[in-house]
Amino acid sequence: MSIVLEIKGVNKTFGGLKALTDVNLKIEEGKTHAIIGPNGAGKSTLLNCCIGKLIPDSGSVTFNGQDMIGKQPYEINHAGMVRVFQTPEIFPELSLLENVVIPALAKRDGIFKFNPFKMLSNETEIHDQAMRALADVGLDKFHQKNAGSISRGDKRRLELAMGLIQNPTLLLLDEPTAGMARHDTNQTIDLLKKIKDRGMTKIIIEHDMHVVFSLADHISVLAQGCIIASGTPDEIRNNPKVKEAYLGETEDE
Amino acid sequence: MIKSILEKFSLEKNSSVMLVFAAVVLSAPIWLTPFGANYPDLLQKFAIFGIFAIGFNILFGLTGYLSFGHAVFLGVGSYTAVWVFKLFTMNVLPAVMLSVAIAAVFALLIGYISLRRSGIYFSILTLALAQMSYNLAYSVLTPITSGETGLQLSSEDPRYIDSLLGAGVQEGLPATNFFGMSMSGYSGFYFCAIFLILAFYISLKIFRSPYGLKLIAIKSNQKRMLYTGFNTRPYLLSAFVISGMFAGLAGGLMAATDPLAGAERMQWTASGEVVLMTILGGSGTLIGPLLGVGVIKYFENIFSALNETSLREIFNFLPDVVADFLVSITHVFVGEGWHLTLGILFMLVVIFLPGGIMQGVGIFTRYYKKKMTELKSERSVEKGKSQ
Ligand SMILES: Nc1ncnc2c1ncn2[C@@H]1O[C@H](COP(=O)(O)OP(=O)(O)OP(=O)(O)O)[C@@H](O)[C@H]1O
Ligand SMILES: [Mg+2]
Repeated sequence: MSIVLEIKGVNKTFGGLKALTDVNLKIEEGKTHAIIGPNGAGKSTLLNCCIGKLIPDSGSVTFNGQDMIGKQPYEINHAGMVRVFQTPEIFPELSLLENVVIPALAKRDGIFKFNPFKMLSNETEIHDQAMRALADVGLDKFHQKNAGSISRGDKRRLELAMGLIQNPTLLLLDEPTAGMARHDTNQTIDLLKKIKDRGMTKIIIEHDMHVVFSLADHISVLAQGCIIASGTPDEIRNNPKVKEAYLGETEDE
Repeated sequence: MIKSILEKFSLEKNSSVMLVFAAVVLSAPIWLTPFGANYPDLLQKFAIFGIFAIGFNILFGLTGYLSFGHAVFLGVGSYTAVWVFKLFTMNVLPAVMLSVAIAAVFALLIGYISLRRSGIYFSILTLALAQMSYNLAYSVLTPITSGETGLQLSSEDPRYIDSLLGAGVQEGLPATNFFGMSMSGYSGFYFCAIFLILAFYISLKIFRSPYGLKLIAIKSNQKRMLYTGFNTRPYLLSAFVISGMFAGLAGGLMAATDPLAGAERMQWTASGEVVLMTILGGSGTLIGPLLGVGVIKYFENIFSALNETSLREIFNFLPDVVADFLVSITHVFVGEGWHLTLGILFMLVVIFLPGGIMQGVGIFTRYYKKKMTELKSERSVEKGKSQ
């Protein structure tokens, strides 16, 4: 199995706070890799270091054999690593359809293309592609609605569609089901299983253990900036260190 | 026949929009008559400032970047045009084209520097660079700009092309022309109107293009655009340059209709004016900026010309006491006081219609449509009853 993403010895501090300490991680092609851990463990920070939002103090991030450190976010996107954010990052003033059309255009047009004399309404291919992506997440019926006006759970599904339409090599999902009702969570799980069959590699950060154990091939546990355990779902379930640091707490809740 | 034409007509289509727009612009001398605004000078101003505002709206309306220095490009356009008149020819076409080109160069420079920042810092950078240009035009650059007196034609100007073509020595200063067509009066207006229609067409194309959508998306969430795979800097810079070119065109046309250029054209008040026009009409809409231009230029030229005597004439159908009373109140708002009226109007619009006049239009049409469908359904209910 080839390695899509390799994180080696990554450290990140914020002022005095050690957010990440010597994090090592290998993501295999086609796998769904879950990262779990309590609030403030550094999960989002780790993703931020991958997509160019933050630059780690030391260590390396290698994606498809290319060094990603210091690259611009849009370059990393075109390299094939796409992030879905924890707090929905959408275009609230635009329609759902336009929200999905824009990443489709990014995929086609590259980082910059000056095409002021093309008609958007003639872009039937992009339009159909966007409608299919919305249908995948069950939002196609509302494609004309303003993205700012939909529920938080729907915004997350919209953002998922925005990520999926770019057909990335590696999709980074930061709590994709937070704020969703049970029914929608199950739908999202089904969708994520479907795209796994298409061979898309994913990193998924999640607090919902139901989601984690239904999707993950491999789980890494992050606590206070350190990876304390890494293994198959069964190994993690039975790991006493993990039980103590994380699972125990959630099961009691 | 008419029905099939009407069915084909849809504002979704660019051709339909352009047809309506061109008809409205070209017939302006007729439909502006009842408003007393049909004289060529004012019509030319409407068209020229219309171009200025349309261009400004491409930057501000789409990307949300508020430039406070766009009058620089207006000034640069005017200076360029006058220099072309002085050096080469009184034909306005080369002058106008060169105005656009030189303004583009300035916009590229100023845009490149200012776009290193966003939000209020961008606005302040544009303002600072514009004031710098204004002061340079007044002082150091006097050999090019004639400083305080302003750049004017003179009988010693070489006008190489014109003299080559054998335009003999004339009495007094030559007049600007478009292959012989005079640039004053209505022909001047129609010349500007053609450019206004062209400018509107370009703006319409941009608004409805993928490029335009990306600009709007930058306004909505620039950070998101970066993570979606767009380098936003060249998008912003290209929009900045396009809007600077529109301003240069407007400046060139100003000089074409009245061949002089002064530094005051670059002053921050002039930059502020186009901001007001765009916001008043509705930034980010196609027509809004033009409505803003219409209102502000109308107030500036018509309201400022009213005085007590003209007010008395308006009210003379009323009893003397009432008329006196009304005149004593209203005369504050006209003549010199037109700024007061405009200020109040601007305040009211911004408070109650933050989307500008176009927001009001939108609310009205939605209300009207709702009423119409209600009426229709009532009628069909009545029909059902009578059957
Ligand atoms: N930009 C920043 N500046 C300063 N501190 C930060 C920054 N980003 C994150 N932190 C801190 O780093 C730590 C890790 O944050 P992070 O967001 O990565 O946690 P997380 O594991 O994603 O938590 P959650 O489950 O709540 O999303 C937290 O203590 C947080 O306050
Ligand atoms: Mg987080």
